[in-house]
Amino acid sequence: MLAVQLTALLGGEPQGTAEALALVHGFDEALVHGLGRLAEERAEALDALAGAFAATPIGERLAEAAAKVASGSIAEEHLTALAGGRAALLGAVHDALLAGLDAALERERAPWQAAPAPEADGAGNPMTDAGNPAAGARSWLRELAIAGWRGVDHDLVSAVDQTVEGLLAVPEQRRLAVLLDGLAAELRACCPVGTMDRLPVRRWADLWTRALLLAQGGAAGAPQSAGTVSGRLLILGVDVHEHGTAVQFQVHGVLEPADGGRARLVRAAVTVAKVDTITGPATWKLPNRHRMLLAALADRRSLDLTDMPLLDSGDLVWHDDRAVVGGPADPFTTARLTLTGALAPAAPPLDRHPVGIAEPVLVEGYRVTGDGSFDLGGAVLDVDAGRLPACGPLTPQLVAGSSACVGLVRWDGGRWLLQPLAVQATVKRQTVEAGTGDWALGPTDPKVVKAEARAGDAVAVLRERAGRLLRR
Amino acid sequence: MPPVRPRKLAKVPFVELADGRLQGVVSSGSDIGRVYVSSIAAGTHAYNCSTNNNRPCGGLYGAPCKHLQALAAEAVLQYGLDRVARYLRVEVPEGAGLIGCLDGSHEPAPAAMVFSRFLRHLAYLEVPDTTMPIPELHWFPAEGTVG
Ligand SMILES: [Zn+2]
Repeated sequence: MLAVQLTALLGGEPQGTAEALALVHGFDEALVHGLGRLAEERAEALDALAGAFAATPIGERLAEAAAKVASGSIAEEHLTALAGGRAALLGAVHDALLAGLDAALERERAPWQAAPAPEADGAGNPMTDAGNPAAGARSWLRELAIAGWRGVDHDLVSAVDQTVEGLLAVPEQRRLAVLLDGLAAELRACCPVGTMDRLPVRRWADLWTRALLLAQGGAAGAPQSAGTVSGRLLILGVDVHEHGTAVQFQVHGVLEPADGGRARLVRAAVTVAKVDTITGPATWKLPNRHRMLLAALADRRSLDLTDMPLLDSGDLVWHDDRAVVGGPADPFTTARLTLTGALAPAAPPLDRHPVGIAEPVLVEGYRVTGDGSFDLGGAVLDVDAGRLPACGPLTPQLVAGSSACVGLVRWDGGRWLLQPLAVQATVKRQTVEAGTGDWALGPTDPKVVKAEARAGDAVAVLRERAGRLLRR
Repeated sequence: MPPVRPRKLAKVPFVELADGRLQGVVSSGSDIGRVYVSSIAAGTHAYNCSTNNNRPCGGLYGAPCKHLQALAAEAVLQYGLDRVARYLRVEVPEGAGLIGCLDGSHEPAPAAMVFSRFLRHLAYLEVPDTTMPIPELHWFPAEGTVG
């Protein structure tokens, strides 16, 4: 990322962003106090949200939903319509932000091609099947909306436990299961929510909205298969996501197709279930069946892929037996040589939310300011030190002492941020490199190795307990 | 929500602040197939310890047994003294231990529910991994090291 590109990016938020977010905020405030007893101003906020869609094909449904909810008749279909409206507003903000980012970076993005609508499956229709855990999820989300965040107590939170268990048993429902589990754990930790000073209003409404859309069943708006690919995968870094019972390792890289076609930006993710006492470097033990991927991360090597499935969202569906570790591949070299011409993937409609923006970039030639931001010829990019995972060696100090950084550009709290994935720094006149995936095969820092040994092997202890106690 | 801190799990594999209690599971030192379910109620500080089959713990002689002491110590490691003390509603003077500041007595409490929550906890380790992307996890960035 050049100074001129950063200046273009910081040049101002897309037109209409503030208006769209104000409508979203009105809806979110209604969720705080609950739709069950909607004060007049909150009913007006729902009307305003619906009004924004008056000239669109969903305008009528939204207007009806807002009116019904205001009158106290709160059906699932009305909530779904309103959630759809809220998601569409944030989707539009996402699209405008990403277009601005692409323009600034001169990055070309593949257009979205809608897949043919999936065939209706009469037997397992989640809209009618009461035993379906997705139906349980919709009904819980409705209860949350009626009670409002302020009305959430232990009983209401615990009511979703069985639904989550049911969803975890269905591979196709993993997204919904992981999301509901994360939301429920946050609500549980905040109970009784009524006594809390400040609530994460936007965040909880975001999670509620996405959950309700995922609980509709069917694959509309979700990524679809885009065939298989073969070629060389050059890794840029790994982004780590975690809550109490899940961790996702999402690798960002550039794929050079074997047929000589254009290089493209891709991702590959592994998500494993866990418990809250497994955290930090120990989490790398959980995806250990993906040896090739972990070895490539830890040793900074490329991967040769053969017939690896790819989704139209740019996500490889990782099969470790279709990958072989290749030669050394440094992320900075990869970024310098391939990032400029690589084709970026489209975002599937359901995923279009500003939180999903995570575009790999290389930043160098900056000066680190007093608060840890990167000053690139007068344009200042804030560094998101809160997204440096404990399972890797990157620390705010290393980033502050760095001279080059491969990272993800994100948009959060109304501003652009850089999330470092790897840095180059000069320590005692030697150039050192550190990346978030360096400990994929175990920590390499002797101090961390010692601390891990002291703490014992949490994964092994719990697996032993599970083996002995679960099937009695 | 602050992340929990790593701790040794061999003795006390499960600790939680839930249902108005500090509760958890303590592995027996002598029988690898046996576990104790121990709990301390918030407010009253009533305590209980029994096997997962509801047999009373032999170590309860008018005072918390070694399992309850281990539970309290590990809870402090996992959540920090402040959070545990606040949950149990107990004043812990500087330098004092949590368990010594509790003034409850032994009262029976349901062990089966805690044990089934522990089994549910363990069941996460048996959920297969997935390589389908989960975009929702972008709302949950991995946090840095605590403390
Ligand atoms: Zn005992």
